[in-house]
Amino acid sequence: MEKKAILQKYPRSPDVLLALLHELQRANPQNCLTPEDLALAAAHLGLPLARVRDAATFYTMFSLKPRGKHVIRVCDSPNCHLFGAWSVVEELQRLLGIGVGETTPDGLFTLELTSCLGACGVAPVMMVDDEVFGNLTPGKVRRILEELRRGG
Amino acid sequence: MRPARAQVLVAVDEEARQAGVERVLAALREALRDYGLAEEVQVIETGTLGPSGQGVVLAVYPDGVFYGRVQPQDVREIVEGHLLKGRPVARLRLPTAAPVARPGEILGRQTRVVLRNVGVIDPENIEEYLAQGGYEALAKALLGMKPEEVIEEVRRAGLRGRGGAGFPTGVKWAAVRQAPGPEKYVVCNADEGEPGTFKDRLLLEGDPHRILEAMAIAGYAVGAQRGIIYVRGEYTLSLRRLERALAQARAYGLLGENILESGFSFDIEVRPGAGAYVCGEETALLESLEGKRGWPRIRPPYPVTRGLWGKPTVVNNVETLANVPDILLRGAAWFRTLGTPTCPGTKVYTILGHVRFPGLVEVEMGTPLRALIYELGGGLRDGRALKAVLIGGAAGAFLTAEDLDVRLDFDSLAGRAAVLGSGAVLVMDDTACIVDMLGSILRFFRHESCGQCVPCRAGTDLLARLWEGIRRGQAQEEALDRMVEIAEVMRQASLCPLGQSLALPVRSALEKFRPEFLAHARGAPCPSCRREGP
Repeated sequence: MEKKAILQKYPRSPDVLLALLHELQRANPQNCLTPEDLALAAAHLGLPLARVRDAATFYTMFSLKPRGKHVIRVCDSPNCHLFGAWSVVEELQRLLGIGVGETTPDGLFTLELTSCLGACGVAPVMMVDDEVFGNLTPGKVRRILEELRRGG
Repeated sequence: MRPARAQVLVAVDEEARQAGVERVLAALREALRDYGLAEEVQVIETGTLGPSGQGVVLAVYPDGVFYGRVQPQDVREIVEGHLLKGRPVARLRLPTAAPVARPGEILGRQTRVVLRNVGVIDPENIEEYLAQGGYEALAKALLGMKPEEVIEEVRRAGLRGRGGAGFPTGVKWAAVRQAPGPEKYVVCNADEGEPGTFKDRLLLEGDPHRILEAMAIAGYAVGAQRGIIYVRGEYTLSLRRLERALAQARAYGLLGENILESGFSFDIEVRPGAGAYVCGEETALLESLEGKRGWPRIRPPYPVTRGLWGKPTVVNNVETLANVPDILLRGAAWFRTLGTPTCPGTKVYTILGHVRFPGLVEVEMGTPLRALIYELGGGLRDGRALKAVLIGGAAGAFLTAEDLDVRLDFDSLAGRAAVLGSGAVLVMDDTACIVDMLGSILRFFRHESCGQCVPCRAGTDLLARLWEGIRRGQAQEEALDRMVEIAEVMRQASLCPLGQSLALPVRSALEKFRPEFLAHARGAPCPSCRREGP
């Protein structure tokens, strides 16, 4: 969607800032907020740019750095940890050749950690974009990555 | 349409979606058509049925048979064997100890008040909520009660906040009502970030109208016209179901201008969070709602006098609100028949970890921890021994087998230096390494500390570093005492509960599992360890 069209959906009130930033971020193929996005949001809501930047850098779900097409977020909260979340993280690091917080050179994947996703019954859990995957094992992680690569 | 002979309830929640529930549903509808049962058997898509980690779960009523890990290719067997010939498919039956009650029923140790409709109705259809008496409490309040009477009923019921702190809801509402000014807000805290907790998500996914109704009642009681639900940004299904429920409630005139011709107007908006644990703290949540970083405010003033945009604001947790419609309809005296004298009502728990039947349960306040783990959770898996229970989430305390008879309510737990918190019960058997578990908690807090106050910002980092030294086998015994000391300073000096509550896991872990920490510190092997994080 055009950035302008997104802006027009939101009232000019500062309380919609997070929702607006979410949508601007989603509209960007690099899954991040650009300096232009922050300026647009600030102008639309009548807020100082510093305030918008302040909020954008505080919340884990926003990134000012370009990210991959798919953002993989692995939960390492106590329950997932108990069920081997770290072996999932290690397998992802090995398969992707990147560390936590990094993006693959082909721009396809970014690996992040997340706090509890509230899907603890199927621990360990990760979220790829908007979708939750549970009961993860290194083997299952491999298959999910292959599918994402095929799906483009 | 003829009444259905049988109903198949299919749980459609986040877990079920990722287990392929859509394909199962399609196969089920197709099989029912093929066997000529489409008219006789009603398929209801509902919220969680209770069991967790069991793939696609469905229940067949009136038989009350549960099936788990159902795959599309299993569906014909269920339709032909069970629905056509009346013989349940033993192979797929779920040996659940946490059965779902039909509305109003009590099964086993569960008492369902807030979860009454979860796993029973289709959450995307307001008609089903109405058929269960939905919005009757709102009608009763608007058409037959003064706002003060609504507050009095909630106060007499003794309802206490289920978000963790246990503050009396009626007292909070009265304070907002009495606060001066025409502009007031009702905020629903659905920023459920406590690790191991997903009760609010399942409530929102399974019975969203209950929360909308309760917020409208709260709005009427305190004199607010606007409500806001702050939902975790990660909860995509909850967000979608709430938006749908809002549109339906408005279309039915149950939200908006002049509700039920009472002269009372109230509307609700949904706002997503963006991944910050601290925003579960109510003043940080309010900051976030104002479009700022989620930094907790210095209190007082409390939100009841200066909340959102500086106006008097009620902030209630999802589960707290979910109690309100039944309290109004059935009365404070009924509510007090449940639970304990100081903590009436029920509490929803997520039982997780090394238990046989992880899942969501609702029991009366004061139920012993032992019953929760051994009756509802089915005991430990593979016959192993209980080592520890982390209760209340990451900001909770480690309990041991000695504590199993503690009653779960706000007051009894306080006596054990533990908190009820959000109702997370993480059970660990003797394979769990407590040093390792505490590491996960400390990393979590280091990441989630908002950085505003020094005790928490520096303390979370110091604790994580001390832990790393212990984990590497390069620490002295003093490191253990130093950790307790830092956590205690944080408890006394931090601005908000995030920093204050870290003392609970740190102190309890180091006190109860000291030999394990010492072994690690000295580089001695620990048989229960898993591979380590950063």
